[in-house]
Amino acid sequence: MTALQVEQATQQEAVAVGSDFLLEIEGVRKAFPGVVALDDVSFRLRRGTVHALMGENGAGKSTLMKIIAGIYRPDRGTIRLKGREIRLESPLDALENGIAMIHQELNLMNHMTVGENIWIRREPKTRLGLIDHSEMNRKTDALFRRLKIEVDPQAEIRHLSIAARQMVEIAKAVSYESEVLIMDEPTSALTGYEADHLFSIIRELRRTGIGIVYITHKMNEIFEIADEVSVFRDGRYVGTHAAQDISRDDIIRMMVGREITNLFPKQTVPIGDVVLSVRNLTLPGVFRDVSFDLRAGEILGVAGLVGSARSNVAEALFGVRPAQSGSIAINGREARIDSPRAAMDHGMAFLTEDRKETGCFLILDVLENMQMAVLNGAYVKGGFVQDGAIGLACEGMRQALRVKTPTMHECIENLSGGNQQKVLIARWLLAKPKILILDEPTRGIDVGAKAEIHRLITELAREGVAVLMISSELPEVLGMSDRIMVMHQGRVTGFLDRAEADQVKVMDLAAQ
Amino acid sequence: MAADQITEPVAPTEPTKRARRWPAELNILSVLVAVAVGFEILGWLVQGQSFLLNEQRLTIIILQVSVIGIIAVGVTQVIIAGGIDLSSGSIVAATAMIAMSFAQSSDYARAVYPALTDLPFVVPIFVGLAMGACAGLINGTLVAFTGIPAFIATLGMMVTARGIAKWYTKGQPVSFPTDGFAAIGSGIWPVIIFLAVAVIFHVALRYTRYGKFTYAIGANAQAARVSGINIRRHLIKVYAIAGLLSGLAGIVTCARAQTAQAGMGMMYELDAIAAAVIGGTSLAGGVGRITGTVIGTIILGLMTSGFTFLRIDAYYQEIVKGVIIVAAVVADDYRQKKRHRA
Repeated sequence: MTALQVEQATQQEAVAVGSDFLLEIEGVRKAFPGVVALDDVSFRLRRGTVHALMGENGAGKSTLMKIIAGIYRPDRGTIRLKGREIRLESPLDALENGIAMIHQELNLMNHMTVGENIWIRREPKTRLGLIDHSEMNRKTDALFRRLKIEVDPQAEIRHLSIAARQMVEIAKAVSYESEVLIMDEPTSALTGYEADHLFSIIRELRRTGIGIVYITHKMNEIFEIADEVSVFRDGRYVGTHAAQDISRDDIIRMMVGREITNLFPKQTVPIGDVVLSVRNLTLPGVFRDVSFDLRAGEILGVAGLVGSARSNVAEALFGVRPAQSGSIAINGREARIDSPRAAMDHGMAFLTEDRKETGCFLILDVLENMQMAVLNGAYVKGGFVQDGAIGLACEGMRQALRVKTPTMHECIENLSGGNQQKVLIARWLLAKPKILILDEPTRGIDVGAKAEIHRLITELAREGVAVLMISSELPEVLGMSDRIMVMHQGRVTGFLDRAEADQVKVMDLAAQ
Repeated sequence: MAADQITEPVAPTEPTKRARRWPAELNILSVLVAVAVGFEILGWLVQGQSFLLNEQRLTIIILQVSVIGIIAVGVTQVIIAGGIDLSSGSIVAATAMIAMSFAQSSDYARAVYPALTDLPFVVPIFVGLAMGACAGLINGTLVAFTGIPAFIATLGMMVTARGIAKWYTKGQPVSFPTDGFAAIGSGIWPVIIFLAVAVIFHVALRYTRYGKFTYAIGANAQAARVSGINIRRHLIKVYAIAGLLSGLAGIVTCARAQTAQAGMGMMYELDAIAAAVIGGTSLAGGVGRITGTVIGTIILGLMTSGFTFLRIDAYYQEIVKGVIIVAAVVADDYRQKKRHRA
């Protein structure tokens, strides 16, 4: 079937069935050893709509989504697709039933081309039974034209940007004539412009009658793209509303079950002396002439779009990938930082942007994860780790940061994103840093944990820690920072004081 | 919130109890018991005699196990750190040859170094250990600094060290050690050495910074680096220690045989890896324990001895052994997946 036929088929069906429910979930329950992830959850997706799922981490969104995508089987409850009850045995089964999921971690084969990824298992063949690459590329082209995607079908996936990969995943889902598309935080790694492009594709899909389950933590996306919003809390369904009838505060209230009065509890604290002074820091091809001062008790926010090299500057400061020229002075004295170890010796700490890749030791337990940065000095005598002392310190941190974990010996993989992040913050706080670099400290974590982390950052600043906070969320940067440094393509384009900063001014500097 | 509450850990009001997880060793221990009992029953049925209650047989098993066990301890920590070491068997041969050449008795007329006979036994031991550690150091340096996979780096060492063992005396065996040196391999000494090594590294992996870093690097090397761990330096240590232990195994082997040959230690690296993996060490890194490896080594030893005892053809033995190794890992993998599905 060609892409054109796919289009016609979906449109015809859309007309035939009208506004019926595409997917109906009723009374679904799913329990894992020790935890009920979903209890008596119902959910209905209308044809040709975008239905947002909201909820804190651990609310059960992911579990529901995985049930719809055939990854988990529910313990109880029914799933109806276009009025017909179905039982999904595997993701492939779901796909064949017209349900496709676009994962947060994109499931594409990096060393194969775009076309090969899309048509895998269904490659067009020549008469000899070999793969017909020209036909494959033609089909991919047709599909992309229809979706208004501009990606070279013959490019290898590894050469594509995250945004382009996402487009390929969506095109792949559409190529299966999927009528139900599940998107798990699709914009988490996209720039504003890329997200806009994604939204236009989503609107196009919606027009053809496809129903989209859209999971996100970003409130503004709800109002931009969603028709309906369903909120989950602690494995239970809270409610569904039309997006136009509900406000941001309503959704937050439904999600947390309580009012969060202040998401950014920034206090004004006395600002001390300059502790970190960066001059003309340059890494050719990545960033150049980055200069700034950071004072004790100050929170310096760093804003910029994807590609602004904010994270690269943080990595250079911490010695992960050192700069080639320029200088870093700590407390007025020149410091040579060529490794994370050296940075730590200067009282620095660095919460990285990617929790899974460079933060957590996923197979190790909470205690082991927490203690990892202090095994170099304190808490170790003659090479032996002082288990008692370090255990006590970690337990203190767990309580201070309110990390929710059954025990300190729970595998960190089983914690929610927010709690994982708290463990990583605890890891660095144990080292008693004077300079704290935070790269996307609240990415992908729920509202409640977000507020707690914000409160913590403020508290640390009050204790005199100098904080450099990189964030893609403008409200966070605006709400938390004393000063904002804006970057664009590897250069600092300006500084804004807390009083004068607003979204427009920041975006102005960030987009140039 | 008081100012010191965040950076100064508060005294915990309600410390979480150290949760006793079901020790992973119990599973593998039950396999060990099953294998032993199985051979015992088969022994009475087929041979009409006990398999286990035979002092001579047990001694042979334990001695065989000791040499593989010493190597397996070193290999286990390499695998936990996310690597692999294929060079152990060849290092056994190379160190055996070189150590023995410094351990020869003056009673023997054709010593490798006629001027260096009747040396105190510490000399060949030191030379052997240094040789092993040096080979491991090269492995570690290659892995840490060139970025080539550990599989390739240690494969190179496997071929090279075997070559050195052959080249050293142009293929001639080296024999006639002094009584002092031969004593290391006699009686219960190999077992004592093995147990001492196992205890030291059990403690090192569980209670020292060395151990924590090893697990951390295997679990997530990137995160380990950002946490301030000097990955290169640590990896070099880990591989050097593995080499040192292979060297120790080489010394024990040649002292026991009272001769060194270039073909010694053939395939020992694979037995050691198998023992570690049967014992629950994950080739993905970050997971593994010395206790498991010790049990894994004993299971392998029991199997070899048991098959011989039942007079099963040596060729069949290897087929069955291969199947059992794979089955053990599949079973373990399945169990791991089940645990992580939550």
